[in-house]
This record gives sequence, C-alpha cells and structure tokens, in this order.
Amino acid sequence: MKLTGAQALIKSLELEGTEVVFGLPGGAILPVYDPLIDSSIRHILVRHEQGAGHMAEGYAHATGRPGVAIVTSGPAATNIVTPLCDAYMDSIPLVVITGQVPYSVIGTDAFQECDTVGITMPVTKHNWLITDPADIPEIVREAFHVATTGRPGPVLIDIPKDIAIDSMDWYWPDAVDLPGYKPTNKISTKLIKDAARLMGTAKKPVIYAGGGILKARAAEALRELAEMTGIPVVTTLMARGAFPDRHDLCLGMPGMHGNYTAITALQEADLLIALGSRFDDRVTGKVDAFAPNAKIIHVDIDPAEIGKVRRPDVPIVGDCRRVIEELVKAVRSDLEKRHWPDLIPWWSEIRTWQRDFPLYYEQEEDGPLKPQFVIEKLRDLSPDDTIVASGVGQHQMWASQHWKFDYPYTWVNSGGLGTMGFSVPAAIGAKVGRPDRTVWSIDGDGCFQMTAQELVTASAEQIPIKVAILNNAYLGMVRQWQEMFYEERYSEVYLSPDLPDYVKWAEAMGCVAFRVDAPEDVAPTIEKANAITDRPVVIDFRTDYREKVFPMVPAGASNSDVLPGPTPNGAK
Amino acid sequence: MEQHHHILSVLVENKAGVLSRVAGLFTRRGYNIFSLAVSPTEDDRYSRMTVVVDGDSSPIEQVTKQLNKLIPVIEIRELAAADAVERELLIATVKAGPEERSHLIDLVSIFDGQVIDVGVASVTVMVAGTPDGLDAVADLLAPYGISELQRTGRVALPRLIRGSRPLKAVKSSEQ
Repeated sequence: MKLTGAQALIKSLELEGTEVVFGLPGGAILPVYDPLIDSSIRHILVRHEQGAGHMAEGYAHATGRPGVAIVTSGPAATNIVTPLCDAYMDSIPLVVITGQVPYSVIGTDAFQECDTVGITMPVTKHNWLITDPADIPEIVREAFHVATTGRPGPVLIDIPKDIAIDSMDWYWPDAVDLPGYKPTNKISTKLIKDAARLMGTAKKPVIYAGGGILKARAAEALRELAEMTGIPVVTTLMARGAFPDRHDLCLGMPGMHGNYTAITALQEADLLIALGSRFDDRVTGKVDAFAPNAKIIHVDIDPAEIGKVRRPDVPIVGDCRRVIEELVKAVRSDLEKRHWPDLIPWWSEIRTWQRDFPLYYEQEEDGPLKPQFVIEKLRDLSPDDTIVASGVGQHQMWASQHWKFDYPYTWVNSGGLGTMGFSVPAAIGAKVGRPDRTVWSIDGDGCFQMTAQELVTASAEQIPIKVAILNNAYLGMVRQWQEMFYEERYSEVYLSPDLPDYVKWAEAMGCVAFRVDAPEDVAPTIEKANAITDRPVVIDFRTDYREKVFPMVPAGASNSDVLPGPTPNGAK
Repeated sequence: MEQHHHILSVLVENKAGVLSRVAGLFTRRGYNIFSLAVSPTEDDRYSRMTVVVDGDSSPIEQVTKQLNKLIPVIEIRELAAADAVERELLIATVKAGPEERSHLIDLVSIFDGQVIDVGVASVTVMVAGTPDGLDAVADLLAPYGISELQRTGRVALPRLIRGSRPLKAVKSSEQ
C-alpha cells in the first residue's frame, strides 16, 4: 500500500494509540493536517504553540499516557521549546511533531526555517529529523518507546514538508531496534536485601517519595511498604498524591516551602529511603547540611541520578514499582527473622513538631481575603478526586500545602523548570484526558496573563475547566523575596488588580466569570462555579498581597534554619 | 593534565548529528574536553570517539552515566591513562632555508617523523607520537620558527602488556 509521508505519520500515531493531539497548523506542516481530517484522532486547535505543549503535558500528567502535539516549523517550533524543557525536567512523556522546510532547502535560511533538532537536543530525551518517508513508521515507534520507557521524557520528530508529501510503501515494524537504548530491567537481589536490612536497623527512618512513584504507577506499592514498616512518608512537590495526605503516616511536602515537620523529619532522620526522587536543590537546601546523619537508600530508574547529588549507601537502579514490590518481600522476610527498632520515640518527636508547627494562617472575618482560605474552601467544596493544576509561584506553594491530595495523578504542576503560565493549558490537557473529573486551575494573576488565551480553546472545544485566579496584583513570590532579602525594595513586581479586568476578559473568551473580594462570598461562588459543567469558569479572587508563603528555607540555607512563619501559639 | 585526564572510548551510531549530541552534553553539563577524535570503525554502522576529559572539572562517573543516556551511544570504555596506549599526529610548517633543512630532517627523524612537503624557505614535517613526545617535538621545532602547527588530538586503545585485565566496559544504561 502506497501512502504519503503525512498519511503514514497519522496512521502511525493511530497505531500507537493516540486519541488526541494538541496543535496549530502552518506552512510546513500543511501536508500532515490533510489526512488528520479523515483520522479517528481528535485535534484540539490551540491559540499558541506553547499551549499545545503544556496541554500535552497536562494530558500526560493526568492519564499516564504520552501527550502528543503537532505544530509547524520555525516560530512554532521555538514556541514549543518551553514545554519540551518543562517536560524534560519533570520526566513527562511527550511526542512533539514539528513541520520543517523541505529537505531540499534545509540550510538555506528558507522561510520559517529553524534548526529545530539542534535547538531541542538539550531539552528532549531524543529527537529525529526524518530524511526519508520510508523511515516514518519506524521513527514513530521508536519515539513513543523512548518517551514512555525508562525515565520518561519528551521526544521530538521533525518532518520536512517534501518528506510528508512523498510516498512510501506502508509497513508497521514489529519491534524497535535501538542498540544504544536498553533501560535497566534487572534488579539486584543483593541490594534489595541490603536495603531491607538497613531499614531494619534505623531508629529514625523517613521515606522520601518523589515523582518517580507516580511515573512507575507505584502508589499502591508505596502504601504497602509504609504501612508494613510504620515509616513516615514525605511527598515532594512532584509526588503530591503519591501517598494520601490524610494517611496517618503522611508528613506532607518537604523542601523550601514544605511544612516544618516534613523538612525537620528529613533533617533529623538516620535513614532516608529515597524512592524516585532526585535530591533536588529545592528539597535539600544547602546540600552539605542536608540530613547530615542519614544513611541513604536511593532507588531510581535513571542510573545517572544515583550519586549525582548525594552518594547513597544502597544504590538501586530500577523501576520504582518493581523495586518497592521486591523491597516489600524482603522486608516481610526480615521482619519474620528479627525485631526491628521501635519507632514510637521517633513518632513522638514527629507528633510534637506537627502539633507545634502546623501550617497556619489567619482569616479575619472582615479582613482581606487570604489565599490559603480560598484554597481550603475550593478543596472542601470540590470532589475528593478533583484534579488541581497550578502555575508557578506563591499560589503553587499554597495549593500544594493546603490541598489534601489523597489520590495519585490529581496534582499537575511545573516542578523542575518552574514555568509560569503552565496552569491554564495544563488544566485543559488534564480535562481532555480525564473528562469525568472536576479540574481546577489554581493560578496566579501573573501566570494567568501568560497563557490565558487558551481559555478561548477551552470554550471553542467545550473543555469545561475551572480557573481560580489568586489575584494579589503582584508577582507575589518575587515580591516576597524582595521584601525578605532585598530590604523591601520592590522592583518591577506590581501588576494591578484591575488591569486587565479579569472578569471581562474571561467573558470575552466565552467563560462564565465571577469576582470575589469578601471571605463570605468565597464558598457560594465556588459552589456556583462547581455547578457549571458546560463551559469554562473563571473566578477572580482578590487576595491579600501582603501574605507570604511559610515555612521557608532561604535559598542556600540549611534546612535546619527553616523559618516556620506564624504559628497558632507563637511556638518557635 | 597528564595526571588527571581520563580517556573515554565511546562507540556511537554512525548517524548525522551524533557528534553534536555528545559535544552538546559536555557543554551543558560543564565538562571540559581536552581532545576529541572521531573516526569510523571496522563496522561502518558505528563510529568511535576518543574523548579525553579533565578529571578535575568533570566527575567521570557522571560523565559516563550522562553519555550513556544518549540514545546513539552504544558503549563506553573508560581508559585510565596508565592502562592505555595513546598516540596523536602532529604536522608543522617550519621556517627552514636550504642550509637548515638537513638539521631539521635529522631532528625529525629522531622522532621517526618525516618531511612531507618542501618549499623555498619552509618545510612541513609530520610526527606521530605520544602527547608528551609531541610536546617535546613542538619545543624543539620552535627555535626554527613555526609558521603553522596542527595536532589531531589523541586516539587510544587499551594497553596489552599489563596482562589480561579486562577493560572496564560501561554498558548502556547499566549501573
């Protein structure tokens, strides 16, 4: 059967199970958009290519399946570099297809030509420039394989226009042949035993659970390990929901804006069981001072993460779920043989920190609206399995702190890259992947202005997400740093609460919109928003610009020097 | 440098852009390359890169692990300087009139070198040797006046006479 390169590409995407692509057509990708008309694949027409990338990410976050985006060459390709980098940092499986000028004119500075493969090399797990239409099925198979196996990540396929037009003899390869790509699948039995033995001697152990738990679909295994041993669990920003916040053994989020107990438990531990986490600087604070007395068991699918920041005592390379399942067996047999140390003294220390340093804020009845209060009301009035997508900044930290994540894949955010503007498109992608769920975008006013135009996409495509703008009229996190570390010299952080008029703007984009100033209007407005299921909804919450995110570990400081912020009884 | 360098012998797929992927990885992770030589192998599907890295600036374990993550990298062999034979090639154009030519030919022949081109007032010589040896050659040529000099960067293979100790082969994506 003869197919054009473009037909072969679309057919290959279908055979890889693609149900939806996010994209925007243009000159070089025109041939690919034609067979899309006859395809079973749903296409969502975005308003900016960055939106396509973040939607694909949100879709992948929520479903675990690779997100697919198709854009044209040149500026479209450069516009999608940010989502590629974001996905690379957070190990999100993406397959991005870019148009390219005809192969015959590559290198001549043709109209809308750019070296897409060269530009995206450092931000993709791998990328391909197709030079022969006969290679298309093979490359698409390889692309999905690389994106979704081992440590997941984004890949890119660059397809020149003439290659998409030329014909090829259709085939579908049985398997991929990548001699240089063999993700680890052997797990060392000896190291598993070493890990179990070390766990059985620790008096102050902590499980330091990272995003790898979610990538490996290992939440249940983690729960079994924790319950069997009684070891407390912290969940990093990328792992929120991997272990239920309402579980007795859960200490919540560690790191720069983690809660006091999670930070301090890591710091005081004698053993860290790092599962799919990478000792990121936002978690460790000053590396030399991080968990100084702890031995380390480090489990990661990526061998390069082992020993990159902190040398482990027990290094285990492997898929988190399989490793934890093996660990559960090894722990069970070790527990039968000997008595493990009593963790009651450790827990009583932990409970003291929890009692003295809970997350805390005060909402005065007539006072300005506190962002934390808004998030708690959103949480309490929305279904338990609501998916929350956030942007980057203060609102992200408050959302992570104050939401109760009891289910995996309910928290969608930009962790490693810290991409402002992530929330709205990511929420759209998540809602496309999980139309059964309520999806709230919790966004800041600064972030919202970066990608809000995708609400036009949401209205046009009938993707009824809900957006809560925590509008404090500032680039709030930057303001917080200027207040605390730059002697209150505020430089270029004021945005204005009224410019733009968020309600009018949202309405112009086809959304239902509300504005809330007073604490007593928060709950009724959220209830109204939750009742709307046929259109996107935006609520402009006018929040207190003076509110800061606490606790806080200042940049470069030791986690032992965490600033706890206000406490209910003034404990220090 | 001779004390702290590591030699990585990297077998890669012989495809467009692979050199760029390897070089880009070194740049973005902040690793220094002392020299780099690339050539096809006995099997034309593969090329071999001999990369000499600075052991001080570049944690060699991280370098090899990150390199292994590149899809076109098939295998990396890490050669400690003491376990390798290393050679590189030097060619230099040196000022030498008719009366100095014979001196120069004598000098170069001590290092098993050759004169490969002769002009009215200059000759071009070629010497293959160890990196240290070529440093010495360059020093000895300097007094004549070197107008141009090029070195290839080293190629290396494991030393045989140290017995049958197997090379430390770091297979793709293994720990």
